[in-house]
This record gives sequence, C-alpha cells and structure tokens, in this order.
Amino acid sequence: MTKTPLQFRHNGRDVALFVDGGVNLLVALRELIGDMTPKFGCGQGGCGACSVLIDGELHLSCLTLAETVNGRSIETLDGMKDGPNLHPLQRAFMEQFAAQCGYCTPGMLMAAKALLDRNPSPTRADVIEAISGNICRCTGYEPIINAVLAAATSGRARA
Amino acid sequence: MPVTVKTFASFGEAASALSSDRSARYLGGGTLVMRALNEGDVSISTVVRATDSALTRIDVASSRVTLGAGVTFARILAERDLAFLHAPARSIGGPAVRNMGTVGGNLFAPSPYGDFTVALLALDATVSVQGGLGARDMPIEEFLQSRERQSGALVLAVSCQRPASADAFRYRKIARIKPKGGSVITIAAHLPVSGGRVSGARIALGSMAATQIRARAAERALEGRALDDAAISAAAAAATEGVSPADNALGSAWYRREIVGVHLRRLLSGLE
Repeated sequence: MTKTPLQFRHNGRDVALFVDGGVNLLVALRELIGDMTPKFGCGQGGCGACSVLIDGELHLSCLTLAETVNGRSIETLDGMKDGPNLHPLQRAFMEQFAAQCGYCTPGMLMAAKALLDRNPSPTRADVIEAISGNICRCTGYEPIINAVLAAATSGRARA
Repeated sequence: MPVTVKTFASFGEAASALSSDRSARYLGGGTLVMRALNEGDVSISTVVRATDSALTRIDVASSRVTLGAGVTFARILAERDLAFLHAPARSIGGPAVRNMGTVGGNLFAPSPYGDFTVALLALDATVSVQGGLGARDMPIEEFLQSRERQSGALVLAVSCQRPASADAFRYRKIARIKPKGGSVITIAAHLPVSGGRVSGARIALGSMAATQIRARAAERALEGRALDDAAISAAAAAATEGVSPADNALGSAWYRREIVGVHLRRLLSGLE
C-alpha cells in the first residue's frame, strides 16, 4: 500500500509527513507528529475529546480523513499557550476547577476557543451550545461553563 | 486496514469511480464513513472524494431552494435565506459535527440519525443522483425506499420548495439530552393552508421505522380541514398507523409509539 504525502500547518509550523490511506487526522497528529493533546475518546464523533480547529473551525480529528487537511491550518491545544504564558481559557479552567481527570479538557478548550474567537462576549446559553458536542464525566459541566465565561470576561478586560 | 483514497476534481469522475467499485464509499463530511473505518469496517476498501465546488453550492434565488450534497449544517445555519431549515440543522450534533456533516450524508444516516432528512421528507424534496447510467432526479421518498441500493450512486444535491410561510413548516426533535442528543423521535410537518384549510399536508417521522417515513394517516386526518382541535386530535390519534419503531438505548419501541401522538399534537398546536 503506497503512502500519501501530506503537508499542513500545525500550530503555526509547517509539517510534512506520509500517511497510509484512510488514516484519520487524530492518528496523524498523535502518532506521526507526536502532538498528544488531542485525545481518542470514542472514534464515533460522540465525545469531542479529539476536537481541533481546522482553518479556525471546530472539527473532530478522529472523523477527519488526514489527507483532506492538505494545505490547511490545524490548531490543537498544544499551540494554545504563548511560550510560558497560558491562554486566558487555560488559566480560567485552572482557577474555576474546570478539569478533574483532564481527558475531555483539550477538546473542551478547543471548543471554547472556537466560540470565543467568533463571539468574545458569549451568553451562558452560547457556552452550553458551544460545548454541547464535548462530553465530561467528572465535572458536571458547571465549572467548565463558568470558566469559559470567566475567560471571556478577562479577555474583554485585557482588550 | 489501509484503504485506497481516490480524490477527483469533478463529481462525474467520482460518480464513475463509485459506481464501478462495490467496496467504494463516498466520503462527504466524514461523520459516517470515517466512523465506519474507525470501527474497522472491512467492507470499505476504497474511499472516493470529490473536491468539485458544484457539490457545495447553495441556491436560494428562487422559490425553489437547492442545496449541494456537500453543504454542511453550519453553512445552512449561516444562511439567512434558509431560516426554515435552521431548526433541523441546529438539532444535529454539536458545533463540530455541524461543521462537518453534510446534507447529502444525512440522507444515508441510519436510524436514530438522519434528522435533517425528516425535514426534507416533509418538504417533498427532490434528490439529484448521479449513477452509472447518468444523472436523474427522484422524489426523496423513492430515494429512501431504495437507499440500500443507492450506495453506488453519488448524491449531487437536494432541492425543495420554500414553505409559503414560517408557520407552514414545523419541526420537532425529541431528545433526552439538550441541546445535543440522539433522536427519540423526530417530527416535521409541512402544512400548506388554502382558504383556511390544510391542503397537501406532509408529516414525516424519524426513528419510527428503519428509514424516515411519512405519517400518511395523520396527513389524511388533516386534509381539507381547518387546523383546529378536532383535526389535530384526529391526526395525533392516527400518528402510529404504519410505524415500526425499534428499541434502542434512547427509547423503546413502546415508548416511541406512546409519545409520537403527543408530540405531533404539540407540533400541530404550535406549542413549544
């Protein structure tokens, strides 16, 4: 089976790799690039743990055929912080105790970033809708919703 | 197991590749085919894609609306002229699934999925299909009845008449989890009114049979009548005629039969 060459931007860096036919983006990111921040949860599009941004849009990397992202820009949680400085969303998740086991956190943060990039002043209902594709089995969601709202407020305060 | 991925610039070439290979599946948004590959579905050995912009076109210029098969639910939600389709589009998945899932793929989504198709069935949509013998348009009902045999054909677009008023088209998805959850039942109703009486009602049900179906007895109960309590009660009482729901984790067949009339009544009464 021949491998297919693939190039895309990964958190602002150009990467080039070869993938087997049918490989999904999550496997390409984790096993071929070594970015372990997107998680494998269900492989069915039900849990959101593998969420990444493709050209700024929230997508499920486990349901994305790797070769469809050729030439596109992928953002994962690995690229969220700025050097040693955490992103306001990451700080808010820590301060609001929005992570317990942490497995859903990368997907939650990407879903939240997709929301705030588009809508810096979301309502509580907007946040609930934005993370509705992401399952958390620990927190009961309330601390996560509070964290996203707190990050939006702190983002507005800085701007 | 690796599969062969074939990407074509034109939908015609993709359709030929699809019709000539029984183990080929067309990849739209990925929410069905990639899921099958992730689960190790060995019946798929070739994945066919098309990057043709004709498949992602939206035409809202006339009273007839045409959606390319590759149009995502997020794009429908961004289109103000498609407001009548916003409720069904919003009822599907979370934001990521709506950024990926497509109108064409939804036609193939097995029960309990395929909510958008319930809306299209009530709207009497036409499905444009490119098969080995060329392109043809078929009524959505005919398409759904022969869906198992359509996997070698490429859906190009769906089209439907815009409802005469916002009130003439109604949609309701019953889920256990809000805002995102699989369908217990899904109901869509197109209720054209002429001279104060319903004329040409179409009521479609999801999760009430192996594919999306019409509630013909309920439609007949409304035909030629004003949408009053008596007509609504008659339609609600007839809602289970011809249905064959299944048990699944979201609800039992018994439960689905119990609630379909209740929710049809609420939908027809205009209750939230």
